[in-house]
Amino acid sequence: MAVYRSTLRGVTYTFPDLRTLLAKATPARSGDELAGLAAGGALERVAAQCVLADVPLTQFLAEPVVPYESDEITRLIVDTHDRAAFSAVAGLTVGAFRDWLLRYETDGATLAALAPGLTPETVAAVSKVMRNQDLILVASKCEVVTRFRSTLGGRGTLAIRLQPNHPTDDPHGIAASILDGLLYGCGDACIGINPATDSPARVAELIRLIDQLIQTYAIPTQSCVLAHLTTQLAALRAGAPVDLMFQSIAGTEAANTSFGINLALLREAQSATLSLRRHGPTPRSASTDPAATTTISSPAVPNVMYFETGQGSCLSANAHHGVDQQTLEARAYGVARAFSPLLVNTVVGFIGPEYLYDGKQIIRAGLEDHFCGKLLGLPMGVDVCHTNHASADQDDMDTLLTLLGAAGVNYLMGVPGADDIMLGYQSTSFHDAHYLRQLLRLAPAPEFAAWLEHMKIQSPALRLLPADRTHPLLRP
Amino acid sequence: MMPTGSDQTETATGQVAPAAKDDGVSGRHDPWVHLRSHTSARIALGRTGGSQLTSALLAFAQDHALARDAVHAPFDDVALAAVLQPLDSARVLRLESAAPDRATFLRRPDLGRRLSAASVALLPVQSLHAPPLDLVVMVSDGLSALAAERQAPRLLQALWPRLRAAGLALAPLCIVRQARVALHDEIGWHFRARLSLMLLGERPGLGTPDSLGAYFTFGPRPGRTDAERNCLSNIRPGGLPPEAAAEKLAALMLASLRLGLSGTALKDDGPSLAGP
Repeated sequence: MAVYRSTLRGVTYTFPDLRTLLAKATPARSGDELAGLAAGGALERVAAQCVLADVPLTQFLAEPVVPYESDEITRLIVDTHDRAAFSAVAGLTVGAFRDWLLRYETDGATLAALAPGLTPETVAAVSKVMRNQDLILVASKCEVVTRFRSTLGGRGTLAIRLQPNHPTDDPHGIAASILDGLLYGCGDACIGINPATDSPARVAELIRLIDQLIQTYAIPTQSCVLAHLTTQLAALRAGAPVDLMFQSIAGTEAANTSFGINLALLREAQSATLSLRRHGPTPRSASTDPAATTTISSPAVPNVMYFETGQGSCLSANAHHGVDQQTLEARAYGVARAFSPLLVNTVVGFIGPEYLYDGKQIIRAGLEDHFCGKLLGLPMGVDVCHTNHASADQDDMDTLLTLLGAAGVNYLMGVPGADDIMLGYQSTSFHDAHYLRQLLRLAPAPEFAAWLEHMKIQSPALRLLPADRTHPLLRP
Repeated sequence: MMPTGSDQTETATGQVAPAAKDDGVSGRHDPWVHLRSHTSARIALGRTGGSQLTSALLAFAQDHALARDAVHAPFDDVALAAVLQPLDSARVLRLESAAPDRATFLRRPDLGRRLSAASVALLPVQSLHAPPLDLVVMVSDGLSALAAERQAPRLLQALWPRLRAAGLALAPLCIVRQARVALHDEIGWHFRARLSLMLLGERPGLGTPDSLGAYFTFGPRPGRTDAERNCLSNIRPGGLPPEAAAEKLAALMLASLRLGLSGTALKDDGPSLAGP
C-alpha cells in the first residue's frame, strides 16, 4: 500500500492510505470532525491537498476506499468503469486533472465523453483541490438532458420541483399548494410530495391526485410521491399510476441497507416502473445550439427514477468506512448513474449542523455535489436548504441558489414561501425560482414554458402575468 | 388559516405582522388567498415584480427567530416528571444522554444516542428470571423542549390506558434529557423489553416549534438501523393531534408485537388521518 507524505515548513505530514488522504484534504466541515476524520488544522489540510494533487488518477482504480469484497457499490463502480473513456485523462494527476478541466478546449462534449471513465472517488478528489469558482465554471460546461413529459437540463433552462407537502397529507391542502406553485410558473421538474404517512394506500391516493391535475390541465410534467421505495412498489402493484420511482440513496452498501434498499431492489423498482410505459419519447437534447452536446448515462433506458442524496447520510447510518462524507456522497452518484434517473438532487442543508455546520459549509457542499454529479453525467438538482438548528438563514440560501444558477443546475425546489410545513425545514420558494429565472434569463423546460404561456401564467419574456379568480386553474 | 380581509397579515404562527403598503402591480395577496383555508403553507403571498413583499419577508424572519430560540430553550424534566407521574404507579425515571450541554448535543449526535454513565447506573437490573417486559416508553426534549412539554402528556394520557387495556407489561416511564432517536434502542435493551418507544421533540420548523416525533423498535438493542424502526412525525394539535397519534401508535405497536417485527416491513394500512 502506498504511503502519502509531504513536508511543509519543516513539518512532515504522513497519510497512511488514500481514504485518509482524501479526508484530510477535504475543506473543513463538521461531519468529518464528528467522524474523527478531518485534518487537525489548516496546514495539515493544505499538506494533504498538496499530496493529493500529485496522486495519479490511476491510483483511485488501484486503491478502492471501501473494500471491493464487502461493498456492492465499490463493485458497481469498478465493474462498470469505462477504461476507454478514461484514457483521455489516464496519464494525469489530480492537480493536472483540475488544470485540464479548466482549459478552454475542455468543453461540454469532451466532458460528456469522459463521464463514464470517471469514478466517483476521482471526481471527489479533484473537487478537493478546486475553489468554489472552479466548481461553478467546470459544472457550467456540462449539459445533462433528461426527459419524461418535460425535457429537463437544456442549456438556458431552469426547472423546479414543486413540493406541496402537507403535515397530514390533506388532499385539499396539497392541491392548494400545487395551484400556488403552478401559478408562479413552477412544477416542470416534477410535482413531488413527501408524504407524512408511509402507506401504499396513501401513496396511491396522492399519486392519483397529481395525475388528475396533470390530465385535467394537460400539464407537461410528472408526478412523484417520495415514500420508501417498497411502499411505492406496493402502490404500483395495486394499480397506482406511478410516473417516477423515488428513493434516497447513499454511497455504501451498509448505508443503503440502513435505508432498507440495495441495488437489486432498485433494479426491481426501475423495471416495474418502466413496465408501466408512462414516460414520453426517449430523451434528446433540447438545445438548439449545434455545438452543444448532451450527456445521457444510458440513452436507451428511459428516465423513470428520482434519487435524493446528501452528505453525511453514511456517517448518520454508522456506515462510512472511515471515508469522508463528500467522497461518500460522490459514490452515491455512482449508484444513481446506473439507473438513468430523470432527477437527482442533493438535499444539501437538511441533515443538520453536525454534518454541515453553517451557511459557508452548506454553500461549499452544494457546489461540490452539483459539480461531482454533473461530471459523472447526472441531471443534478439541489435542494438549497437549511434547518433551524444550523447557523444559516435565507441570505445563505440566496447565495447558494444564485451560484448554482450560474453553474447551470438542472433544477431547484419550489416550496410555498420556502417553508416546508411537513418536513420542518427551509428550502427555496416559488419567488426564489422566479428571481433566478429573471436574473439569469433562464426559461422553464420548453414544454412547460409553452404551457405557462398558453395558460397565461408567464410571458415569453419570463414575467409572471396577473391572474384573477377566473383563471382556469382557480375555477372550482 | 382563513384569509384576512384587513390591513394585517397573519403568519403561520398566528402572529400578526405589521401591515405592508400595497406594493403596486399585484396587491397584497394573490387572488387565490381563499385557498389558505386548506393549508398553513405560505401560499398566495403576493409579489412585487416576482419577488416577495416586505410583509411576507418580515413574517418569515419572525418565525425563523422563534424556531431558532426554541432549539435553545431549556427542558424542565422535573416538572414533566410530575405531570406524568399519575399515569403510572411505578417510578418515573429521569435520565440523561451522554451529551453534557446544548452546544455539544447539537454537534455530537453520537453522544445523544447513548446514556451517560450516571444514567446507566440508575437503570434497574432486570432479572433474567423475571417475566419479560413488553414495552418501555421514554420522552425526551430532543431538539425542542416545548414539544416534549406540550405534546407528550396529552399523547401519553391517551396511549397509556390503551396499553394497559391490551395487557402489556410496561417498564417504568423514562424521561431523558438531550436524546437522539437511537437512544431508545439502548434503553429498551437494558430493560430487555420486546418493544421500545421514544417520544422526542422534532427539529423546530417555521411556525411549528413544538412538534413531537414518535419512534419505535421491535427487539431494541444498540446498532439497530433506521429501516428497523417506525416513525410518526409532526405530532401537535395543528398536525397529527396527540390523541390521534396515540390511537395510531397503539395499533402499530400492537401489530409490531403480534408480528414480531418493526421498520419497513411493517406497513401502516389503516384509514386515512383526519385533516386539521
